[in-house]
Amino acid sequence: MANNPVEYIQHHLQNLVLGVHPDKGLMFAHSAEDASEMGFWAIHVDTMLWSILTGVLFIKIFRKVAMNMTSGVPGTLQNIVEMSVEFVEGMVRDTFHGRSPLIAPLSLTIFVWVLLMNSLKWLPVDLLPSLAHMIGIPYFKIVPTADPNATFGLSIGVFFLIIYYSIKIKGPGGFAKELSFQPFNHWSLIPFNLFLEILGLLTKPLTLALRLFGNMYAGEVVFILIALLPFWAQWTLYVPWAIFHILVIPLQAFIFMVLSIVYLSSAHEDHNH
Amino acid sequence: MNINLTLFGQMIAFAIFVWFCMKHVWPPITQAMQERQKKIADGLDAAGRAQKDLRLAQEKASITLKETREQAAQILEQASKHANTIIEEAKQQAQAEGERLVTGARAEIEQEVNRARDELRAQVATLAVLGAQQILESQVDTKVHDELVAKLASQL
Repeated sequence: MANNPVEYIQHHLQNLVLGVHPDKGLMFAHSAEDASEMGFWAIHVDTMLWSILTGVLFIKIFRKVAMNMTSGVPGTLQNIVEMSVEFVEGMVRDTFHGRSPLIAPLSLTIFVWVLLMNSLKWLPVDLLPSLAHMIGIPYFKIVPTADPNATFGLSIGVFFLIIYYSIKIKGPGGFAKELSFQPFNHWSLIPFNLFLEILGLLTKPLTLALRLFGNMYAGEVVFILIALLPFWAQWTLYVPWAIFHILVIPLQAFIFMVLSIVYLSSAHEDHNH
Repeated sequence: MNINLTLFGQMIAFAIFVWFCMKHVWPPITQAMQERQKKIADGLDAAGRAQKDLRLAQEKASITLKETREQAAQILEQASKHANTIIEEAKQQAQAEGERLVTGARAEIEQEVNRARDELRAQVATLAVLGAQQILESQVDTKVHDELVAKLASQL
């Protein structure tokens, strides 16, 4: 595969890109240069594949439980599902003060989906890329949340909901007023307020996405670095790092969910009433 | 590391998952959980009611027990009173009967004594007559001297 550590690391951090190359046409990128030349009109096949796989896994398990749901004594799987649903419902109830049929299922989806995507990190870093390499796939990066496209996809989705609910609850005028007259309620400070508020608004999806991406990406890099050690020494660092991720993986999923709820809650709060 | 179409792919996937979760996953699960909560609440309610019923029943039972005890005591008291009167009556009757018997017996004895005395008197008279006959060595006509004998006997 790779000859030196730098190439090895770069190889592991490169997504499998399918896109239209300006010179070579529709193709899989065989190098990082190919990928960057493809520009925007390309797609990370591995990110899409694994995120959809985990998402479908989530939907399938929860749907299966929902179909066989009983209000009597629950089974093991139903218990697990109910626990996560109850946990998310409690979080939403504590944090979110508006009324919306969307927020709780949205939070559940974010939490479980991000958790599953993050969990892919526990797979050994070389396992799936090596297998993919055997069947001729040049790059294979399996953790979707270590790809900014995935985290920004989620956070921009949340951002659209923030805008949508802000306008729906406060009205376009109310929303504009909130942007213009906060934090300083004086007409002369409207430009300053606008600047601050819009910056604050845009920071929300940015931080949401970058926090998750940064954590997952950094964790991934460390796993790759550990994989560079001789095989008999790897476990000394791999085991503690993997155990540490028992904390990191759910925590990041949880933070993403809670912050989404908080942002959507503030979008629901009408300060004029 | 490039931002590209994947972003939109992810957003679409996210939207679909959220929509599916909202339509087909969340409602049945929360509904069943609410149903169970209601069941549990009903169960607890019923248990509370049953406990209250039990307490009431126990109170009622203890009251009934107390009443019954009182009644039993009353009945016992009455019975012993009744028994006493019966015994008293029986005693009186027995006494009366005894007195009656004693009186009867006494009367009989007196009669007997009188009869025996009369008989004795008669016999004594006869004996006296016989004695006198023997002493007089003459026939005393009993028929003639009946009057005399009777006079004698009455004097004995």
